[in-house]
Amino acid sequence: MFAAFFAAYAVLKDGVNSGPSGKDLFNLPYALIETFVLLFAALTSGIGSIFVHRRKRKRAITFFLITALLGLGFLSMEWIELSDWIQRGYSWKFSAFLSTFFTIIGTHAFHVFFAILWVFVFLIPLFFRQITDTDIRRLSCLRMFWQFIFIVWVCIFNIVYLIGAL
Amino acid sequence: MKNHYKIALVVLAIVVAVVATILFIQNNNIPVLDPKGIIGQKQRDLLFITTLLMLIVVVPAIAFTLIFAFLYRKGRPNATYRPEFYDSHLAEIVWWGVPSIIIIVLAVITYQSSYALDPYKPIESDKKPITIQVVALEWKWLFIYPEQSIATINFIQFPVDTPINFEITADAPMNSFWIPQLGGQIYAMQSMRTELHLMATEAGVYRGCSSNLSGEGFSGMVFQAKASSEQEFNQWVKEVKNSSKFLTLDEYNVLVTPSEYVPASFYKLEKQDLFNYILTK
Amino acid sequence: MFGRLTLEAFQHDWIEYAAGLSMVFGALATVILLTYFRLWKWLWKEWLTTVDHKKIGIMYIIVSFIMLFKGIFDAVMMRLQQVWSVGDSMGYITASHFQQVATAHGVTMIFFVGMGLMFGIINMILPLQIGARDVAFPALNSISFWLFTSGAMFILVSLIVGEFAGTGWTSYPPLSGLKYSPGVGVDYWLWTIQISGVGSLLSGINFFVTILKMRCPGMKLMRMPIFVWASFATMIMVMFAFPILTATLNMLTTDRLIDTKLFTTEAGGNPMMYINLIWAWGHPEVYILILPAFGIFSEVVAVFSEKRLFGYKTMVYAIFVITFLSFIVWLHHFFTMGSGASVNAFFGIMTMIIAVPTGVKVFNWLFTMFQGRVRLDTPMLWFLGFAIVFVLGGMTGVMMSIPAVDFQVHNTLFLVAHFHSVIIGGVVFGFFAGYSYWFPKFTGIMLNERIGKWAFGFWLSGFLLAFMPLYLLGFMGATRRLDHYEPQTGFFPLFAVAGVGAILICIGFGLQILQILVSIKENKKDLSGDPWNGRTLEWSTSSPPPHYNFAHIPEVHSIDPFWEMKKEPEMKKKPLHEIHMPSNTGVGVYLGALSFIFGFAMIWHMFWLAILSAIIMVGCLIARLYEKNTEYYISVEEIKRDA
Repeated sequence: MFAAFFAAYAVLKDGVNSGPSGKDLFNLPYALIETFVLLFAALTSGIGSIFVHRRKRKRAITFFLITALLGLGFLSMEWIELSDWIQRGYSWKFSAFLSTFFTIIGTHAFHVFFAILWVFVFLIPLFFRQITDTDIRRLSCLRMFWQFIFIVWVCIFNIVYLIGAL
Repeated sequence: MKNHYKIALVVLAIVVAVVATILFIQNNNIPVLDPKGIIGQKQRDLLFITTLLMLIVVVPAIAFTLIFAFLYRKGRPNATYRPEFYDSHLAEIVWWGVPSIIIIVLAVITYQSSYALDPYKPIESDKKPITIQVVALEWKWLFIYPEQSIATINFIQFPVDTPINFEITADAPMNSFWIPQLGGQIYAMQSMRTELHLMATEAGVYRGCSSNLSGEGFSGMVFQAKASSEQEFNQWVKEVKNSSKFLTLDEYNVLVTPSEYVPASFYKLEKQDLFNYILTK
Repeated sequence: MFGRLTLEAFQHDWIEYAAGLSMVFGALATVILLTYFRLWKWLWKEWLTTVDHKKIGIMYIIVSFIMLFKGIFDAVMMRLQQVWSVGDSMGYITASHFQQVATAHGVTMIFFVGMGLMFGIINMILPLQIGARDVAFPALNSISFWLFTSGAMFILVSLIVGEFAGTGWTSYPPLSGLKYSPGVGVDYWLWTIQISGVGSLLSGINFFVTILKMRCPGMKLMRMPIFVWASFATMIMVMFAFPILTATLNMLTTDRLIDTKLFTTEAGGNPMMYINLIWAWGHPEVYILILPAFGIFSEVVAVFSEKRLFGYKTMVYAIFVITFLSFIVWLHHFFTMGSGASVNAFFGIMTMIIAVPTGVKVFNWLFTMFQGRVRLDTPMLWFLGFAIVFVLGGMTGVMMSIPAVDFQVHNTLFLVAHFHSVIIGGVVFGFFAGYSYWFPKFTGIMLNERIGKWAFGFWLSGFLLAFMPLYLLGFMGATRRLDHYEPQTGFFPLFAVAGVGAILICIGFGLQILQILVSIKENKKDLSGDPWNGRTLEWSTSSPPPHYNFAHIPEVHSIDPFWEMKKEPEMKKKPLHEIHMPSNTGVGVYLGALSFIFGFAMIWHMFWLAILSAIIMVGCLIARLYEKNTEYYISVEEIKRDA
């Protein structure tokens, strides 16, 4: 699915409608910080997953909570950047380039949102009881999902931000 | 007994169908099979070659289907039954190999014909080509003759044996510009310019249409394409130039509004760069 | 509060009223009958909340039959218009209505008949053929089915509230964009496909994992029945292709909903991008439809020739060559868009290469018959019909894969005849072969053979009469989706013949419905569980199988394991154990219903309702995650009682 969105981006990124292009809008250092935020989110989910396997409840909860917080941080950073553009009049309605940019970032953010939600969905029972095999399986899957989110973001950073800004 | 009647009936039905089809084809104009343009003629030849090549595989396949079902049906006396025969390298070589060879031949034909019959490729001729600019509208065709300063709706005329350079765009949803009796089609798309090159080899009036659904009036986007002698063509151009209607920008904006089953009409072209204007709107 | 839904949405012409009302009456009649016979609890417990793959498969097929009825009805309406709307007459329906019927016909047949029948049969047969008790994710299976049904509801509801898309089943922009289709039609189209598409993707994952992980002991990959291989390849294609569809539909939705400029002709948008993406999904989709049908034929031909399938290994290779190639041919759907000679040539050549493995499969089936003992029962007749019709259809496909030829037949009735030849000849005939073959297994009664053969005869002759003229019509310049033409074109006689063919097909379908009723009345039970002398594991169970499929998980040592088992003498009785089974769940029904509400709300811009139903859907999922009673055990006593 992301491949299809990237294909659309590649085709449409020059459709700027006499408006701004990536070069004008992208703030690379900011995007790099976002990348590291997500990297650490994926990392902490991995560490949390290890603790889940070892049935260390408190540490698992701690690390997955950090994952969720980092995810929220990432989403806040995106929100700040994008709402600024929208206020300046550069929303998804303005040009094909902006449309496809918002589509990719939006779809990715949507997945991050669910990953954060799912951290809470899986963690809350753990406050009240011990870790079961089902929990191990589910949190492993969640960890893989965070890693996937990060990998997709790496693609976004490279294909959209880096190539766009150069 | 009953089975023999059934088979006889089926054979009879097939014979009737084949005869009826042949009669129909002989008594009707089948543009794709009987083209009057050089592109269409080459396309038809390709069609026949491909069909013949494919029949090399198709005829045995259908024949085996019927023959094996008959020869090896359960209960047929003296039929061989070899349940252990479920592999044969020779058979595999034959039916991977022969179709592959046919496909290789077809692939070469494909490669060559894609270039030779590329709609963007101009037709070689010592005659000077005529340029007709085509705009698909809702739901009619606007034709602009930039060199002759005339424009028409749903009608074009051109001399026989003269290459026609069509430049095509749209101010409507995607359509497809097609004159079956002369040759293949190409899409007419908003903000984009496609090209088609055709040449008629015989005088006549040929039906053109749009082959891509563009809304309610799509079936009404039929136009006449008339191939005539050069004199008749020049005469016609003169008549249209003397027409009372002028294709100005205002008139164009009226034309853009949706209308269906529009009869042919003729204009003197007032806005010379109308096509470019539409293209870059 | 009601978004853009007004009373005007309920206004239609008399045909739409009639259709809508008959649907409503049908639904009401069903509700009244269920209430009168006090069957609600039974329906809920035994069918709606089931996670049993066999029952889910049957439900898929029931929904698909209903949609097949609607699809055939749409087709007859089109045929009627095309013999009526000539010259001065504009027919009995407006052009706009005709285009909606054409679009609905395409969407119904591809998504809700083609996909439904194939996924239905795979659901029913796959776990049995690999010696498993259910699929890998039974609750997900139920969710997939209900998303499928929810998707189907949109087409039906659009008859009553609003309108459907009049853009053709692939809905190209700019026609399907806001500017040229501002109404709700395209939105209905978007949500019907988007929601059922998610169901398909989930099934793809489900069956893929099932085949990889749940085969019984001894069933190595190269011992699986070809139907299982075909399903496996199909699911790989589903997993790669359907997300493309999700993304594409998403983009068209945002174009229409929040004014993005992705497929517009202004502000940098590019409608050609849509066409590329939709066919990057669309081409694999048609192979997703046909491969399971090929798998069914592999089963049927072997059993009804009393001979093992010829060339097992090559059949597997051919399936995967087809799978791989299906992803690199999509441009042949738009050779006429002006891509240039080299691009067109590449895709043309790639397309024609697919003919080779497909031809290989046909010859392997034919040589299975060779020196076998061919029983011309109904399932085998469907194969013979397929061999003729599909091969002709395939031939015309290769003809069109040459770009220069395609320029003269693209979007004409020649194309329509081609794809109906391969879809009806392939997918539909394949389904009917499987249906008549496996019906006794799942119901315990035999289908009336005589009516079956007559039905086949009507379908085959009806198909030939309805579609052979279309090849000629294409050569005469008749385009698809044509709702009116002039008599000078000469189209009329051929359309008339096609109309007769359509009627014959209707009779064929009617006979099949009659066949079900007669067979129930005759009640010829299949007591052995193996009425056809089968070769694969599903025939080792009773007819119908117990809900846990196998009392003992079978152990397999070769291809055609049941055939081998029958040759060996009675084996020692192995001890029975408790069987671990998944519990029924309502999560599928709830998600299906909520997804329908969500889609409906999005179509009519009732955003508060959309958000609410979305939140409740997530809530359902979370509740399911916390659900404790997801499994139960069947006791040894109960298994002994079933034996």
